[in-house]
Amino acid sequence: MKTRMLGFAIAIGLGLIPLASFAQKNSCLECHKALEGKLKAPAESFAQDVHQQFGLSCRDCHGGNPAEDDADRSMDASFKGVPKRAQIPEFCARCHSDAAYMRTFNPSLRVDQLSQYWTSQHGRQLKAGDAKAAVCVDCHGTHGIQSAKFPKSPTFPWNIPQTCGRCHADPNLMKDYHIPTNQLEQYKESVHAQALFDKKDLSAPTCNDCHGNHGAVPPEVQSIASVCRQCHPSTGELFSKSPHKKAFDEIGQSECEACHGNHKIIRPTTDMLGTDEKSVCLQCHDAASAGFKVAAALKELNDGYEARYQKSLNLLAQAEKKGVEVSEPKYRLQEANTVLISARNLIHGLSVDDLKKTLGEGEATLTEVEKAGAAALDEAKFRRTGLIIATFFLALFGVALFLKIRSMRKPE
Amino acid sequence: MNRRRFINLFFGGSFLATVGAFLFPVIRYLLPPKQTEVAPKKVAAAKVGELAPNSAKIFKFGATPGILINSSDGKLLAFSAVCTHLTCTVTFQADTSTLYCPCHNGRFDLAGNVISGPPPAPLETYQVDVAGEDIFVSRKG
Amino acid sequence: MTKIIRNIATFFNERLQVQPLFDFAKKKKVPEHSYSFWYYFGGICLFLTGIQVATGVMLMMYYTPSIDAAHESVQFIMSHVKFGWLIRSVHSWTANILIGIIFVHMFSTYFLKAYRKPRELTWITGFFLLILFLAFGFSGYLLPWSELSYFATRVGTDIAGSLPLIGKWLKTVILGGPDVSQATLSRFFWLHVAILPIAALAVIGIHVLLVQILGMSKPIGLDERKVKEISFFPDFIYKDALGWTLILVLIGIICVFLPWEVGIKADAFAATPLGIKPEWYFTFMFTTLKIIPSHVLFIEGEKLAILVFMAGGLFWMLVPFVDRRAAREKKSPLFSWIGIGVSLYIVVMTILTYTVPRL
Repeated sequence: MKTRMLGFAIAIGLGLIPLASFAQKNSCLECHKALEGKLKAPAESFAQDVHQQFGLSCRDCHGGNPAEDDADRSMDASFKGVPKRAQIPEFCARCHSDAAYMRTFNPSLRVDQLSQYWTSQHGRQLKAGDAKAAVCVDCHGTHGIQSAKFPKSPTFPWNIPQTCGRCHADPNLMKDYHIPTNQLEQYKESVHAQALFDKKDLSAPTCNDCHGNHGAVPPEVQSIASVCRQCHPSTGELFSKSPHKKAFDEIGQSECEACHGNHKIIRPTTDMLGTDEKSVCLQCHDAASAGFKVAAALKELNDGYEARYQKSLNLLAQAEKKGVEVSEPKYRLQEANTVLISARNLIHGLSVDDLKKTLGEGEATLTEVEKAGAAALDEAKFRRTGLIIATFFLALFGVALFLKIRSMRKPE
Repeated sequence: MNRRRFINLFFGGSFLATVGAFLFPVIRYLLPPKQTEVAPKKVAAAKVGELAPNSAKIFKFGATPGILINSSDGKLLAFSAVCTHLTCTVTFQADTSTLYCPCHNGRFDLAGNVISGPPPAPLETYQVDVAGEDIFVSRKG
Repeated sequence: MTKIIRNIATFFNERLQVQPLFDFAKKKKVPEHSYSFWYYFGGICLFLTGIQVATGVMLMMYYTPSIDAAHESVQFIMSHVKFGWLIRSVHSWTANILIGIIFVHMFSTYFLKAYRKPRELTWITGFFLLILFLAFGFSGYLLPWSELSYFATRVGTDIAGSLPLIGKWLKTVILGGPDVSQATLSRFFWLHVAILPIAALAVIGIHVLLVQILGMSKPIGLDERKVKEISFFPDFIYKDALGWTLILVLIGIICVFLPWEVGIKADAFAATPLGIKPEWYFTFMFTTLKIIPSHVLFIEGEKLAILVFMAGGLFWMLVPFVDRRAAREKKSPLFSWIGIGVSLYIVVMTILTYTVPRL
């Protein structure tokens, strides 16, 4: 009896569940979908919105009564309408800064975005009365908002440069603020952009990684170095132990940025060292100084090793092109490459002795690779020689056959 | 020597030369090469007692570097030392008992899992076997 | 020299009594006419098969048919075994050349209507040999266990799996399981070095025996005045040998300048490489399946294509019995046109596979 009743209840329940859709009447969407242009857009894009997926709807942000079909009655006393730009941060924060409320949807989400925002340059501008300053919707969108984990979201790592650039790369928009508008262009030429866009490495830094998300400001001189150290700690450590640290601190110079730039951080080469006009060392050191001599020594050591490495690489490529199997020497060359990476890093420590030591290990590996490469080229030569000999004999044999055929009895 | 004999001699001689040119590589092929085995699946990474507790050693495993760790509680662990981010070689940091990649600050725990930093995937774990005096490392599965 | 050879021949003859064979060989004649150039291709197939057996047997000395060691053993052969690079490259290149020559041999005999009575069985055994050698190619391709091998096998067996009714069962039997695995490698190795060679040996034996018994076919309606006859031994053999010598030179040059690559080891968890295709001799079928619309009338496009290929194959095998005109020694232009159509289709589809970027 009990089971039969339970079954009945389940059947009715399952059968009637579709009717529940009628209970969630949403007159907002119904009306707005029938309108045109700007008034239609929210209704259309809301289907993809993350808020919709969590069961929220127009009323939860804008107020009003979605059960009412009549336009005036639906936009009742609780209806907030379109918030003014200056009110948007608080409009969103009504929920997003309410920890207890947000917990019911996603306990891991942060709830300090608004307080962060007020510390940011955007927030400060807005408070000072500048309606052009960026607010939540400028980066996140309005009605088709998606989590930053989704590749189509404007806040997904590889979309962020474009999102920030929408304002910051627009000279017209930015003309009252007297800050450069070439950051996006510069960033796009950087090695970080290459990692992000070309190699699809999502861990590569984009605007928010150095500037912050909601509390976005340009990093101060002192903090630039900490920002870079997030991903480049060994370089930072070497720098901190080097004579540069004290010197840079004394003159109030930003550490990494002074030589590497900020947005257009390109792959560094030893051209940055040394003694000609491309050298960054010349920015501070003149030709006679001790620092200058160190720069020259570091460059020479590095260049020497790199040249030898390149030669080995070419040697193996040559052998491979000639058809000889060189995967083992290539593996050894990888080890030499690791030494090269480590050597380039060591430059920041400014110690010629340390560099010599590290390069020494690599030199031994390179000697091995050179030997193997030379052996491979010899092998290629041996094969060609063998081919010539075998072909010669075959050709002789072919001629002999031909003569034999010619001397055959004439066919009957 | 008439024409016919010349042709026959030429024929026979060139035939033998050709056969020789073929037999030479075949025989060399069949004779055992210097390195007699294919890159072994199992590598003797270290000797027992070589590593103090809470220390590690890089060894060659086939075509890539591997890292053998003697953890602080005496367990032997082995992983591929190739960082899954941009293939730098990881190192063992005794103070944190983690595997650390100096290139971009990637960090792995002693199960090979990524703790922090940019690496997208865990390090491949290898099988460790002790046989007599040698510690052998081999691919799992 | 000839005295020594004669003494050896007499020795064996007195004990094995093979004189009748020698007499037959001495008497055997081969016609020579404007189309007799095509006669050489059968012998070239045999010669290349011999090369495959020799190099294959040598590769077996160092190859290991286990997924943990297959790729490494091929790498070892290419880098450490003396002349390993040569033996392996010859084997891989000759496989492709052999299949190409088989197609030439097949189409040349087709157009010359050599399949007509009394040579129907020669044609049918030849058809079986085509199938056997395609199977050789397919099974051998997996053995290096490289990325390309693995995925090409996967794609190929997926197609087998899409056959109606028996597809799923067939795929499982071929693979030795649900996926490409160690079972597959063992199975393909078994096929490639034991079963297929035995079968091929038997069928080649019958095929060559039939050619010996029936002699060379002459084109229909050939003017007998234009036909000369040369003796098979030694005259035709010398000409054969000249062709074989040229091919050897060609193979040598190719293998030194374009050794076969080792590739990357197969990884079952990796994504299928873009643009994966089977070996070139399967691509005409593969591309057909790719471009056929998903539904033709009420039948699924792929199934229709497979059915058409099977029906086509059956027709091709039975052509000696279908071509009544040729059987009556009459010129048979209809079948020539069919042949042109088929060969053109194969050529165009093959070229299409490699020229159109994203089919």
